[in-house]
Amino acid sequence: MKTFTYTRADTTDTAVRDAHVSGARYIAGGTNLLDLMKLQVETPEKLVDISRLPLGEIEEREDGGLTIGALVPNSDLAADPRVIAKYEVLSRALLAGASGQLRNKASTGGNLLQRTRCYYFYDTAMACNKREPGTGCSAVGGFNRVLAVLGTSDQCIATHPSDMAVAMRALDATIITQTSDGDRRRISIHDFYRLPGDTPNIETVLQSGELITHVELPAPPKGRQVYRKVRDRASYAFALVSVAGVVSVEEGRIASAALAFGGLGPMPWRNPAVEAALVGQAPSDAVFGAAADALLADAKGYGSNDFKIPLARRVLIATLRDLTGE
Amino acid sequence: MHFTINGTSYDADPDIRTSLLDLCREHLGLTGSKKGCDHGQCGACTMLVNGRRINSCLSLAVMHQDDEITTIEGLGTPDDLHALQSAFVRHDGYQCGYCTPGQICSAVGMLDEVRKGWASHVTGDLDAPRFDNEEISERMSGNLCRCAAYPNIVDAIREVAEAEGVVDVALRHKAEAGA
Repeated sequence: MKTFTYTRADTTDTAVRDAHVSGARYIAGGTNLLDLMKLQVETPEKLVDISRLPLGEIEEREDGGLTIGALVPNSDLAADPRVIAKYEVLSRALLAGASGQLRNKASTGGNLLQRTRCYYFYDTAMACNKREPGTGCSAVGGFNRVLAVLGTSDQCIATHPSDMAVAMRALDATIITQTSDGDRRRISIHDFYRLPGDTPNIETVLQSGELITHVELPAPPKGRQVYRKVRDRASYAFALVSVAGVVSVEEGRIASAALAFGGLGPMPWRNPAVEAALVGQAPSDAVFGAAADALLADAKGYGSNDFKIPLARRVLIATLRDLTGE
Repeated sequence: MHFTINGTSYDADPDIRTSLLDLCREHLGLTGSKKGCDHGQCGACTMLVNGRRINSCLSLAVMHQDDEITTIEGLGTPDDLHALQSAFVRHDGYQCGYCTPGQICSAVGMLDEVRKGWASHVTGDLDAPRFDNEEISERMSGNLCRCAAYPNIVDAIREVAEAEGVVDVALRHKAEAGA
């Protein structure tokens, strides 16, 4: 690990001021950042400890939604009675991720910002445009079984690893930030992540020193909520494919649908065409298949991850059966 | 820097990069917590911080100066074992023993999570906690045992959980929260 200077912030104002220098990073739970620092994948010159900021509460709003402090640990968010009652897909996604120890430490904001688990990103002996722009991508043509089939570029085929963020994308979350000049910014989760393109090192629209302070969930959506995750072992593994689904059925027809996917793309994936294929239709395997066609129309395998394309189809269809069945 | 570990105060001046695990093992002589992977994957380093289980290898010591830290040394002694320690002995919940301090600290934290009514990935109804071998395996999946003593680890934990009535406590907690 490269050495760094350390400062603990007591307010968000001091945090954004302290972090307004090149090479500074925020640290909260640290479960991903320290992992990467040990491997020198991340080499911050300064750590701004935000773990004591007063951002650890979950509050109900008058519009029926929830405001989640960025420092709420993943385990507390999953166990919150309001989340369980109204946003079960979020509890389920959180509980499907990581281990008990990690969920106790990992924060809401940090989970949104965790880095890919691409083997080549983690191995500093390998070419990786995300870690070191311009060096190439060893994953294309390499062992890419766990990597992305949607939204990739020739420069990067990494997946976003979060389960929580997949559920938040299905729930239309909004990310609240404080910029380095003190301004507040509201960013829809749909606009928060960036496709890799030619700059896979830039993963979100956050500016230098911008701090996530809260995540807002709108009033709970109508319908049934399901999180389905397929992985290589029963527990404590990243998704090969996951689906967060919220679907309502009225008078025998799908009235609304929100579907987001993990393990397939460089960001928690959502495609309005999937939902358009469902809304207004009577639930059937043919309709679910059309939704899968819409999801996977542009899917591209890279060899050892080709299996994810038929797997995603089956997982989506099975999830839609759960969401619409008796 | 100042730390409180197992109720004892310590002053130390480690390098800023020092993990909570390395602080205990290399600076304070508390070698009960073990370093396996040093990346949060094996759970051998599990400690309790303010009563919650965490991977101490993935946390900077400097960030824990105001916390109450409990390691395996703070749970029991050879003459006065913690209930989980004696259950692990009785059920032969290890072979080499390297993962055992982490397993036991993790189990202490996990049973508290059950008492609070926290669900897991395998819980059917999130409002109605249950506690069986499948729940123990899921909740302990952050602790690896390469000797594969898992069946006996599960037996040891279940015995303590049943003796302490953690499921009854969880159900009571849920009922009160709902009321």
